[in-house]
Amino acid sequence: MSAEKEAVKDESMLLQKAMISRNYDAITSKHETGRKVVSTFVPGNLNELVMCFDMLNNLPEINAIQAGMRKLSGGYIMEAEKGGHSEDVCTYVKADIGQMARGNIAPNGKPFPDPDILLLSYTGCYTFMKWFELLREQYKCPTVMVHVPYQGDGHTTQNMRDYIVKQLKEEVIPTFERISGKKFDIDLLRELMTRSAKAEDDLVWVIETAKHKPSPIDAYFGAVYYVGPIFSAFRGTQEAVDYYKVLKKEIQYRIDNKMGPITPEGEMKEQKYRIVVEGPPNWTNYREFWKMFYDEGAVVVASSYSKVGGTYDMGFRHDPKNPLESLADYCLGCYTNRNLPTRVDILEKYINDYEADGLLTNSIKSCNSFSAGQLMMMREVEKRTGKPGAFIETDLVDPRYFSAANVKNRLESYFQMIEQKRRGVKSAA
Amino acid sequence: MGTQEIVAKCQAIFDDLNFTVAREWKAAKPGRKVIGFMPVYVPMELIHAANALPLGIMGGGDSMEVIHGDAYYQSYICRIPRSTIELGVTGRLDFVDMMLFPFVCDVIRNLSGIWKMMFPNVVSRFFDTPQNFDEKIGGTYYEHELLELKEAIEQATGNKITDEALRNSIKLYNENRKLIWSLYDSRAKEPWKFPTWEIYLLMRAGLQIPVDEHNQMLKDYIAAAHAEDKPKRDNSRIVLNGSFCEQPPLNLIKSIEMAGCYVVDDDYVLVNRFLTEDVPLEGDLLKNLSTTYLKHSVETSCKYVPKEEDKGKYLLNRISQCQAEGVIFAAPSFCDPALLDRPMLSHRVSENNIPSISFKYAENSGQMQPIREQAGTFADSIKLWS
Repeated sequence: MSAEKEAVKDESMLLQKAMISRNYDAITSKHETGRKVVSTFVPGNLNELVMCFDMLNNLPEINAIQAGMRKLSGGYIMEAEKGGHSEDVCTYVKADIGQMARGNIAPNGKPFPDPDILLLSYTGCYTFMKWFELLREQYKCPTVMVHVPYQGDGHTTQNMRDYIVKQLKEEVIPTFERISGKKFDIDLLRELMTRSAKAEDDLVWVIETAKHKPSPIDAYFGAVYYVGPIFSAFRGTQEAVDYYKVLKKEIQYRIDNKMGPITPEGEMKEQKYRIVVEGPPNWTNYREFWKMFYDEGAVVVASSYSKVGGTYDMGFRHDPKNPLESLADYCLGCYTNRNLPTRVDILEKYINDYEADGLLTNSIKSCNSFSAGQLMMMREVEKRTGKPGAFIETDLVDPRYFSAANVKNRLESYFQMIEQKRRGVKSAA
Repeated sequence: MGTQEIVAKCQAIFDDLNFTVAREWKAAKPGRKVIGFMPVYVPMELIHAANALPLGIMGGGDSMEVIHGDAYYQSYICRIPRSTIELGVTGRLDFVDMMLFPFVCDVIRNLSGIWKMMFPNVVSRFFDTPQNFDEKIGGTYYEHELLELKEAIEQATGNKITDEALRNSIKLYNENRKLIWSLYDSRAKEPWKFPTWEIYLLMRAGLQIPVDEHNQMLKDYIAAAHAEDKPKRDNSRIVLNGSFCEQPPLNLIKSIEMAGCYVVDDDYVLVNRFLTEDVPLEGDLLKNLSTTYLKHSVETSCKYVPKEEDKGKYLLNRISQCQAEGVIFAAPSFCDPALLDRPMLSHRVSENNIPSISFKYAENSGQMQPIREQAGTFADSIKLWS
């Protein structure tokens, strides 16, 4: 097998890579610096609050993604399965647990220290609850939970909001104060949130540039990088604000010059198909998966996965005037915490607003939060928009469930279907 | 009435996927409504107090062919949502006025949305229970949720839920839970007199008939079973764990017993004994339902356990109370709650030198021989080595 060519990277990508490296270095050197580490999740990420206590944010999902992209997750998953974890459950969980069993080495090559606290921000995914019970069993460290009610009826209520705020005030903040030895400073929280909102404004500008033709971004494969700072350990930092300034400049340049997104093999020249994607990507074969799209001239113009850590394009911003209430609203609004009819509405809107050719669902074998109901969603979006849908199946970080030939075959058939549909529309006209 | 007669009646209710008994109940008097619910827990008292029948929907079992339902779900999703959709699409639930989807997992949660889209004329509601068990935090939230549910039920049924009606309903369900716990205790003491497959059918019948009728049925069965003389076998005493949502086929339950296991505790059809103590009848009744849930309910995979030292405690207590010698972890395929919990529970039991085995099933599993062999070997190993 020939080695993969070095991927082409923008300045913003290099900047982000350096930010992530610095965060891993800070985490792995906690014993030297004395800083405390919080393990928590991407959806419902309370980064500003974590930073108020000068603690570091470590995200097991991101670690699993890193392991997937570095082709390590397969071994980790099998390690966890050998330890009694079912083949049927979330592969992020098993990658995380297997990684621990194999020395818990961070991407910088140093061992991850045990977290000082597990912050179970339970938003939009049942598995989170069990994941942190499993981690708690391993680490024997304090755990604090924020239970975020599901938007079963498609809207939030004051009762839900009050419940979250009360958990933050009466459980999370006092626990953080105890662990960190620092007093909570609401003014610092406001200050951090002001920065969050600025970065969120810029992120929304970025993802909405996909309305341009040609689209200067890929809103799925590329957006994974664009959402990185806000979805992980950098929301509320000046670094994140600066990152989006650089990113905006790059994208503005591409818009001005009618350029397409930068793929690992350089600029995408031809855009034949504009696609909306539902569901997370596969990480073990990420580059190969992306290539299947750009080789065919398919650009993703909107995706639901890029809203999993916050639905900023639907108007939400962290609000420094109401910091705790705003954190509650943020948690409640994450994509998988919205009911299926709302998810259908969002996808339908994306198809229309971004003038897309259709909806592609990448159904993830081990993610019921996303996957259960996607067939119905796809049919409903097809019915409402008249645009064709397609369904492929992969997994998050289990390489056993990425069948390149099958996926490629389905994608090619799908693009042909779009082509035929266009011809049908033209001949009818 | 002997146990055989009662069990035959329950079997007929269990086998009837048209829910004739519930349909007849509804048709018998004008104004009656039926409210369906999925596993694991809903406060049936609120439904009953609105002059409605709580109807437990536990999937389609192994006798229903799923044709439409499979078109809604990928192969890696459990069977209960697809067979439930099949029940809906084939009109078997056309008499149900409202559907409740309690918090169990993401699949049932998402099914609530599918139901809203597929059956827009049926009131469908996701019912969230708190994962914070502090009365001032989770309790306050849950009281509001119960109030919202109460109002939604009133709207769907057109019947006001008065305090008096709710008190009466709580009283009936307190009695129901007491009888069920007493039946479970009797089985733990003399499992040869109370076969689990019979108890299971009794529990399933209770999901389709009015609670007062079920109470009488339980009383009759308990009395009849005590009076009957059945031979005691040299079986191993096991607790069954992990079957709280999608139910195993009846043959699987029978197979475990036939393989030489006395099931002395299980988590089938948990809704009817989810609360482990009486709901008080005085004062604010919604608050009472809330507090009983927070402080006195079973530990199951769909509930968060706030303290590490408490994880698996309930299972260990039940093993001890029922003098069980081993645990069978029997979970539906692709069941996140049961399968994610299993390693932790399995660690707890092995730390306490309690042997266990595990297997997976689906509600339509047909091959019982492997289960029988596995359970039989387990029962023998307990007898030989424990």
